[in-house]
Amino acid sequence: MGIYILKRIVSLLPVLFVVSVVIFGIVHLTPGDPASYMLGEEASPEQVNELREELGLNDPIPVQYLNWLGGVVQGDFGDSYFMNQSVLDAIFSHIGPTLSLAIVAEIIALSISIPIGIVAAIKRGTATDQSVMVVSLMGMAIPSFLLALFLALIFGVQLGWLPVAGYQPLSNGLWNHLQYLILPAISLGAIQAALIARMTRASMLEVLNTDYIKMARSKGMKERTVIYSHALKNAFLPILTVIGATFGALVTGAVVTETIFNIPGIGQLIINSIERRDYTIIQGIVLFVTLIYVTINLIIDLLYGFIDPRVRLDSK
Amino acid sequence: MSTTSLSNIRKELKKEQRSLLLKRFLSNKLLLTGSVIMLFVVGIALIGPFFLSYTPYQMVVENRLSPPSAEHLLGTDNFGRDLFSRVVYGAQISLGVGLAVAVITSVIGLVIGLLASYYKTLDHILMRICDGLMAIPGILFAIALMAALGPQTQNVIIALSIVFTPHIARVVRSKALSIREETYVEAMRAQGASPLRIIFLHIAPNTISPLVVQATFIFADSIITEAALSFLGAGVPTPDPSWGNILYDGKLVIFNAWWMTVFPGIMIILAVIGLNFVGDGLRDMIDPHTKPRSKKKRPNLFRFNFQKARG
Repeated sequence: MGIYILKRIVSLLPVLFVVSVVIFGIVHLTPGDPASYMLGEEASPEQVNELREELGLNDPIPVQYLNWLGGVVQGDFGDSYFMNQSVLDAIFSHIGPTLSLAIVAEIIALSISIPIGIVAAIKRGTATDQSVMVVSLMGMAIPSFLLALFLALIFGVQLGWLPVAGYQPLSNGLWNHLQYLILPAISLGAIQAALIARMTRASMLEVLNTDYIKMARSKGMKERTVIYSHALKNAFLPILTVIGATFGALVTGAVVTETIFNIPGIGQLIINSIERRDYTIIQGIVLFVTLIYVTINLIIDLLYGFIDPRVRLDSK
Repeated sequence: MSTTSLSNIRKELKKEQRSLLLKRFLSNKLLLTGSVIMLFVVGIALIGPFFLSYTPYQMVVENRLSPPSAEHLLGTDNFGRDLFSRVVYGAQISLGVGLAVAVITSVIGLVIGLLASYYKTLDHILMRICDGLMAIPGILFAIALMAALGPQTQNVIIALSIVFTPHIARVVRSKALSIREETYVEAMRAQGASPLRIIFLHIAPNTISPLVVQATFIFADSIITEAALSFLGAGVPTPDPSWGNILYDGKLVIFNAWWMTVFPGIMIILAVIGLNFVGDGLRDMIDPHTKPRSKKKRPNLFRFNFQKARG
């Protein structure tokens, strides 16, 4: 198991290297000089040059890259050009609402999709099954930011049940916190729910066709036990993969959904940074979210190896 | 004698193949529905302009935010511009961006995928780069690229092409890797054909069908991503209409003008569902493993084996 973990982590290194080069490259692709942006138009060339020297912008590009990478490895993502803050501080002061949103969305998605997927698999080929498949297909086709707009229009504007925009931290009470998150979380969770429901159905169907399920049934076991403790357990591996992949997608999706509902998370931070041309923040957020994404996938991979010994053995 | 009859036979065969293809197309419900939806959406983009009495830029300030009526079929927006004409021209831009991205990623992805499948060292380098690019969440990557490139329509196409090319390259590579092992490729090599000849004349044609399926999905994905970028103000710049930036304007007045959110939204959903149906339908048609073409002809045993082989 130790070797397996090590192997997975080592295989990530080239990926992370490419990611770092690309993200570093994006900022250096930018036309214009950050130093003159920061100082404004009245700055003299000497002042600009002084700041360039201070920021290390006069070094050769590979040196700048290594300096930046060295910082990142030590947890220093640089400083914001415009806010008097380090990039990581800015991210951490905005990550709370984003994570809150992603978690509520995941809870909603899971609590809808897994039962529905199981029911669809049990009632395979019936009207129930088909309507689940059609609805989930629709769910996958509607982009989450559109669903968000439609939900805001129906439940926020027309019916007036829930607030259309804003955010309350958890410290202001659970209901206050949740009522601002319900609409964004549903719109964010819908696609994931559709994906997970389809995966659950497919995975359950495969397992329900196996001999040991036939065996369990023929020895007179209760259908409920067959499905929940025999079939679901083995059907869960592929479902787990989808859950992992979708949680990464949730964090990125949250970035867009936040701006619709004016939730002050990292989505809003990145959009404001585009307007301000605060490239270190943009760079930092993309890198940070990518790291979260990669880490989640790694954890899922490792869990996979932990739950199913065959995966570990195959990779040797 | 033989030449005429041979060419006749060839003609007959072609005819038969064509009618078979038509039959397969008509019996493929997904593909058929998807094509009808796409015909409708593309039709609006191409034929719509002939029925417009307003340009998408013409502002009539006293008519701001008027609801749908006979005069303005879909109402007007917050600047008093005719929403119908904005949605029609928006269709041209949004579909145009999507199509451009699909074509560019297909061409570049095809070349990268083929080269990677044939040369081992190149494969390691190219695929690590693809892995890296795919590890960065798509929409964030696109936002960062747009922030660097600046909000312009051609930059949206460039950014989305960078984001989606690795997906095509992966699909082409995996198909090409299996084709590479075929006996006929080995035979070509034994005859001394140059690698480029083998790659582009003999392997490439066989990777086209999975590529087309993937390109359809990328078409749909780029419509969504373009809309999201424009909606965030980092995509197609105003005053040019795209479905995404109509939604951006619509969000500002969501309390007064539902039509500005609903109509472009419906267009996006139609285009995305249509393209996804076409993609799924094409996949079923090309890959007989996913679905038996006609139920009566294939014995059960056969189908079972296929499924088992897949799993």
